Amino acid sequence: MAEVKELIKNLADKYGRERKNLLPILQGIHLEHNYLSKEAMLEVAKELDLASAEVYGTASFFSFLDTESDGKYKIRVCKSITCDMKGKSELIKTMEDMLKIKVGETTEGKRFSLLETNCIGLCDKGPAMLINEEYFTELTPTKVRKILGEYIRNKF
Amino acid sequence: MSNNNLRKVDVIFSPYSVEPYDILKKVKQRKKEDVIQELIDSGLRGRGGAGFPTGLKWKFAAQQKSDQKYVICNADEGEPGTFKDRKLLVEVPRKVISGMAICAWAVGATKGFIYLRREYRYLIPELEKEIKLYDKYAKDIELDFTIEIFLGAGAYVCGEETALIESMEGKRGEPRNKPPYPIQEGYLGKPTTVNNVETLASATMVCRIGADEYKSLGTDDQHGSKLFSISGDSPKEGVHELELGMSVEDFANEFGDGDTKAVQVGGVAGFCIPRKQFKSSIIGEGNTTGGSTMIFNSTRSMYNVLHNYLDFYAEESCGQCTPCRIGTQQLLKGIEAVKAGTKPPEYLDQLSKLAETMRLTSKCGLGQSVTNSFSSIVKNFREEMIF
Repeated sequence: MAEVKELIKNLADKYGRERKNLLPILQGIHLEHNYLSKEAMLEVAKELDLASAEVYGTASFFSFLDTESDGKYKIRVCKSITCDMKGKSELIKTMEDMLKIKVGETTEGKRFSLLETNCIGLCDKGPAMLINEEYFTELTPTKVRKILGEYIRNKF
Repeated sequence: MSNNNLRKVDVIFSPYSVEPYDILKKVKQRKKEDVIQELIDSGLRGRGGAGFPTGLKWKFAAQQKSDQKYVICNADEGEPGTFKDRKLLVEVPRKVISGMAICAWAVGATKGFIYLRREYRYLIPELEKEIKLYDKYAKDIELDFTIEIFLGAGAYVCGEETALIESMEGKRGEPRNKPPYPIQEGYLGKPTTVNNVETLASATMVCRIGADEYKSLGTDDQHGSKLFSISGDSPKEGVHELELGMSVEDFANEFGDGDTKAVQVGGVAGFCIPRKQFKSSIIGEGNTTGGSTMIFNSTRSMYNVLHNYLDFYAEESCGQCTPCRIGTQQLLKGIEAVKAGTKPPEYLDQLSKLAETMRLTSKCGLGQSVTNSFSSIVKNFREEMIF
């Protein structure tokens, strides 16, 4: 808790304590902690002198801000129509088998979350996905097995 | 293909034969009113979706009296099937930044933001380098305009300019009532000019080649060139710059796989054009919106296509106004019920009425445009919705 407090104070010093700085501050916490805990949101409300409901309201609106703890590596598979047409479902199935979870779930130990997402702007090279900030295109089940296999073996 | 009026051009992506910042420098020596008039004369319209005349927007923004004005580059490209703004920011960022600076100078703004969609976070390091370079240049030519990147957090609706501004102010990305328009009261209540990435790059090029030459592109009533993000059943997926005003038939001949069944023009918010209408349909101002064009061949189920769109809408509706929040969900449930046979085929007509009501009563473009793809698919592929 002391650690979150410290982080929030530093972020508020960096960006400022006005409402307009809320999103960068929330994103800063998210980068460090991978989600926005209740404690963190309450602390932000205090630091910026906002109602905590306002902080939660903003935090819960956006798909890249999580208010529940989930996987360290978030796999976001594009489900928009052209990626879907090019075999998104097979990719999902492949990863479900590898991770032993279903879409929307998180592996034990919270290492991976498997998610579907709306268009990520890589339609000319679909199907595509993001794993945290890294993007992968023209995917096939074989390619996905290789990519995710590397993550499973080497990234903790 | 003798009557093919599909013409490829290379205005926006052409490499920097003239350094974009030299265009900026030249522009700065002219009268502001003349530059704005040049943009009005060019006929350039917003390339993000709404298609408002860019020059007019700048003119109105310039007329506002305020101690602070802002310019925002809208890089929250989220329309399914669109990726041209990403490519612009990667390949010709200086044309975009130069466009922002020209706009700022013309309207009298000193602060600018690139609102970058969260999904494109990996573009930040290179963009920051470009902004540093610009800063140096701005200092040299004594232009008082700074640019920052503002990172979005993942919401389709934030591409709508007032929702975008709300999110920048630390609030939920819910669209505002208009008027007042952002050029009157935008970010932090100050006059704010929001332009799409491609619009800004195009503005730079209008300043370079002049309104007449820009206007000579396209057909008699469709002016200029436009970037098209092409995806789907096409051997030529990617971003292509084309003159406006081509027929869908020429488009399908050029970019389809020979078996094109339908072309979705303008993304999910646009229209689905079936083969039988290819000859009579034009791709131009009014229906290109962001330039997303998705091609479907005869193996595709149009029910699956529509289901995918409605699923998208139901998820991305911000939930603020009732017609859109409830309507998107009911349309999705409705087509599922017809397909499953628990509702009769005539139920589709009721759903079309609902979509029309959403067009009339939704607060922003999201809910208002659902009817475009819904009605065009249900009308033209009715049997696929039922059986």
